[in-house]
Amino acid sequence: MESINLNKVQEYLDQWTNKPVYVHVETTNGAYAKHFDANAYNVGAYVRNAQITYTQGKIVEQEGAYRVGLKHEIGWIYAEGLTDFEFNENNQLLMAGHDADGRLMVAMQLSEKPFNY
Amino acid sequence: MEIDYSKHKQVVVIYPHPDDESFGTAGTVVKFREAGVPVTYLCGTLGEMGRNMGSPFFANRETLPEIRKQELIKACKEIDMDLQMLGYRDKTMEFEDEQKVADDLRQRIEELDASLVITFYPPHAVHPDHNAMGRAAFRAIRDMDAEKRPEVWANAISNGHEEILGSPDIVVDTKTVFQKKLNALKAHKSQIDGMLQKVRKGNEELSEFDLALRHFRYETYHTVNFNE
Repeated sequence: MESINLNKVQEYLDQWTNKPVYVHVETTNGAYAKHFDANAYNVGAYVRNAQITYTQGKIVEQEGAYRVGLKHEIGWIYAEGLTDFEFNENNQLLMAGHDADGRLMVAMQLSEKPFNY
Repeated sequence: MEIDYSKHKQVVVIYPHPDDESFGTAGTVVKFREAGVPVTYLCGTLGEMGRNMGSPFFANRETLPEIRKQELIKACKEIDMDLQMLGYRDKTMEFEDEQKVADDLRQRIEELDASLVITFYPPHAVHPDHNAMGRAAFRAIRDMDAEKRPEVWANAISNGHEEILGSPDIVVDTKTVFQKKLNALKAHKSQIDGMLQKVRKGNEELSEFDLALRHFRYETYHTVNFNE
């Protein structure tokens, strides 16, 4: 992955407007957050291979991190804290936010074909 | 307590993640192997949801499973342990049908004719997959005929578990076989590098071997009696 290039990501998002795609969304602070800090609280959410057709996909920058929002007929999907991206050989758009040690904190990924499951 | 490793005929290790075996039981496995006892690892998932992508990145969410699978295979080679991958998905074990998981485990345990099963002690194992795998393994063993039932050693790792379970009754000092345990740990490069870096702070003078030994030397188990 490399640092997000807003224009490139916007182009990738635009190519799938009004086309069915599969979405992966996750966010996590790890399974050991509370184990290592009694005051902490484990949180996370995970969606793998929800199919949606978005009518508008948009990436927005604020202070070096990015948000991506997908508007569809009956609602929204968005992710915050994205920093890195890759468009891989399987035509999948991978976006993720990592902490300073390279640990994934949030991800949003789009693909025309289902992700491996 | 002196442990007679050679009295066992087959050990089965049941954990959900690639690396659980190296942190929790690799030294014990080496001791069984040195006593000529076969050991098989039933590994639930490929750790697909691991968070360490490296800095600089060595993985992303989609490439991580294959990387961790290769690390798992290498680690098992380092400690000469057979491997069966069960094909569940990281972070989802607790949402599977527990009886189905237990039935599959029981079949594998019976096929291998295990005399000892090593697994996590639910609910004292912190990670939801650890507890779910331990619950399914306990259920599998409970479902077996008493005369076929293997001995069970279970790892409890949660803070405060000793207040409930007491002290572990089996403590394996892995010092004499620690090089092999370290080799297994290091096979899981995606997991161990960051961890060693973290504990390195304030211990700059220690060799990698001594640093790892300080943290991962003892493997502890509570024996669980299912015949009562």
